[in-house]
Amino acid sequence: MRSLFYVLSSLAIMALAVWAYNENHKTQQSKAQVAELRREIRSLREAISVQRAEWAFLNRPDRLRDLAEVNFDRLKLMPITGAQFGRIDEIVYPLPEPEPAISDAIEVLGEIRHTAEDERP
Amino acid sequence: MIRIPLRPLPRVLQARAQGENPLHIERENLRLRHEQMRDQARRRAEWRLIFLAAFFFMGFALIGARMGLLAASPPHEAAAFQGEDIAAFRAEIQDRNGRILATNLVTNSLYAELRYMVDGARAAQELARILPEVDADRLAARLTDPNRRFVWIRARLSPEQVQAVHEIGEPGLLFGPREMRLYPNGHLAAHVLGGTSYGQQGVSAAEIIGTAGIEHRLDEQLRDPATADAPLRLSLDVTAQAIAAEVLDSGINMLGARAGSVIIMDAHSGEVVTMVSLPDFDPNNRPAPPTEGDPTDSPLFNHAVQGVYELGSVMKAFAVAQALELELVTTETMVDTRGPLRIGRHSINDFRNYGAQLSVSDVFVRSSNIGTARLAQQIGAERQREFLRSFGFLEPATIELAETARARPQFPDRWSEISSVTISYGHGLSTSPLQLAAGYATLVNGGTRVVPTMLRRTAHVPGERLISERTSATMRSLMRQVVTRGTASMAEVEGFAFGGKTGTADKPDARGGYARDRVIATFAGAFPMNDPRYVVVVTLDEPNETSSGEARRTAGWTVVPVAAEIVRRTAPLLGVRPQSNAESTAAIEAALRLR
Repeated sequence: MRSLFYVLSSLAIMALAVWAYNENHKTQQSKAQVAELRREIRSLREAISVQRAEWAFLNRPDRLRDLAEVNFDRLKLMPITGAQFGRIDEIVYPLPEPEPAISDAIEVLGEIRHTAEDERP
Repeated sequence: MIRIPLRPLPRVLQARAQGENPLHIERENLRLRHEQMRDQARRRAEWRLIFLAAFFFMGFALIGARMGLLAASPPHEAAAFQGEDIAAFRAEIQDRNGRILATNLVTNSLYAELRYMVDGARAAQELARILPEVDADRLAARLTDPNRRFVWIRARLSPEQVQAVHEIGEPGLLFGPREMRLYPNGHLAAHVLGGTSYGQQGVSAAEIIGTAGIEHRLDEQLRDPATADAPLRLSLDVTAQAIAAEVLDSGINMLGARAGSVIIMDAHSGEVVTMVSLPDFDPNNRPAPPTEGDPTDSPLFNHAVQGVYELGSVMKAFAVAQALELELVTTETMVDTRGPLRIGRHSINDFRNYGAQLSVSDVFVRSSNIGTARLAQQIGAERQREFLRSFGFLEPATIELAETARARPQFPDRWSEISSVTISYGHGLSTSPLQLAAGYATLVNGGTRVVPTMLRRTAHVPGERLISERTSATMRSLMRQVVTRGTASMAEVEGFAFGGKTGTADKPDARGGYARDRVIATFAGAFPMNDPRYVVVVTLDEPNETSSGEARRTAGWTVVPVAAEIVRRTAPLLGVRPQSNAESTAAIEAALRLR
């Protein structure tokens, strides 16, 4: 009985030791992975800031102006002025669609519904 | 402990009397004593074992419990290490719409550790080939100097240069990461941003410190690691700024001016949307301040803030506004304009003869010095001084730029009658275009004080009231009339009801008098005049309009067309709705009748 207890408890301890070792190992691995990811985040952040700077550099107003001038033939971009704005009531409504010419035969599909209103005198 | 004697005398005597061997008694007692000792030792050993077992068990349980707790607790990230969150150690600067004005870039610095150096002379030769400004012989001397251990070679390298230095293959040449401040828009808003330089340098990092403009004024805030992630939002609008700079530049070239400035400011909140000063510079490569010559000739000089000038007739608006505010006159009151007006030894003349009298509105619209002088005489020196003080003309502007503190307005210590009269039409009180813009904002916005700012404001609280709504409405109408029938007829901008006041001031010359052929031409105005949203101040330093064969220097011919073009181009971009002239005129007149 006693020896069984000893054997069981030492087995339990060994099992726990193996488990603890594994956990430790996994933790170390995760830590290394986290550090690796952090390095990656940092380098990506740096890359983003470079891209942002480049975006701002490529979008600087004098470059865009020069490009608009160089490509004037294709784009025909002019400086914006107040004359280019209009009021909503200056816009003409679309003309009504011309009604279809009446032909001899009129075909209607569907049924005519009678409602209470129709039956009112 | 009481020890039982091994041979107790009574028992030995008794045993002897009974004929027993007394040695037995001794043995018996010895045995008993041994048994006692054995029991004691056993108890002690047992207790030790129990103690040890309990100790181990508790240790085991403790570790187990700790592991259990760790396993059960929710996972969380360990504390961030330096440099992970903050790619930038200095906050970005953005315009009001989030476009980048200043950001950071990581580059490399180059230094040499001489203990790793293999062939210093060759390295110096190769470096001189890559970096044109390096002197090969001097660098070779430094790289082969046995007393040195460390040599800085360059603070910033481009990626191509880094590659080229790598290809030298010299192990003693090392790179350190180096943050660099980048202004992607180049010259744009250079005076607002100012510039930066390196402070303390180490191998792995260097301090960036602001040297001018907003970079210097808000240096602490920009460097604060707690807010390094949050960009600093300025009130500037990059697009409007670029257009104003472009128009002003062509104006300066066309009119042969030395310099010029533009300010566009929100008439209610004081946010500066555009601040241009030409000539300008590239903040990425800020030139050294000039050590000789006129500092105002330097491109570093911010004419909009540091340019403290006598601005001439634009100041008449304040005299007229005060006279109206004090109800000394109405716009219809006739003022004597017979010249010359003599005060003491001085005589005051008009640009041309306006006849015997003019109404107050004509004094303003046609810009009569004598008429304004008469108004100033009615107001009196003391009241005028207090009025101008309330507008902030007697102290440096409070804007977030490093240069303002040094730009003190100039005015006479003794505010005599003659200085009061000359100040009323803009001579004797020197002020900067920025302060003028803030003053005009108050005149047109309904009369509340405006404090100019470079920072974007989200909530706007109206300032202290300086003039009444009624006076403000009258001033708006008068400024509009300057354009429709007065000295600034070229300022008509279709759809935006631009109005304002011209000013042409003779520049002081070196001898203490006024130069006859050098002027500062100013236009200060606002649009749309029926409900002003933006105040515009444009100045040109020494313009000459020569298209008609003779030189014309008055503001109406020089700065006014420039200001009008700036408004024509920027107003649609600033979100001002164009409206017909009839609409805006009706609105201006309705505001006059209201009170």
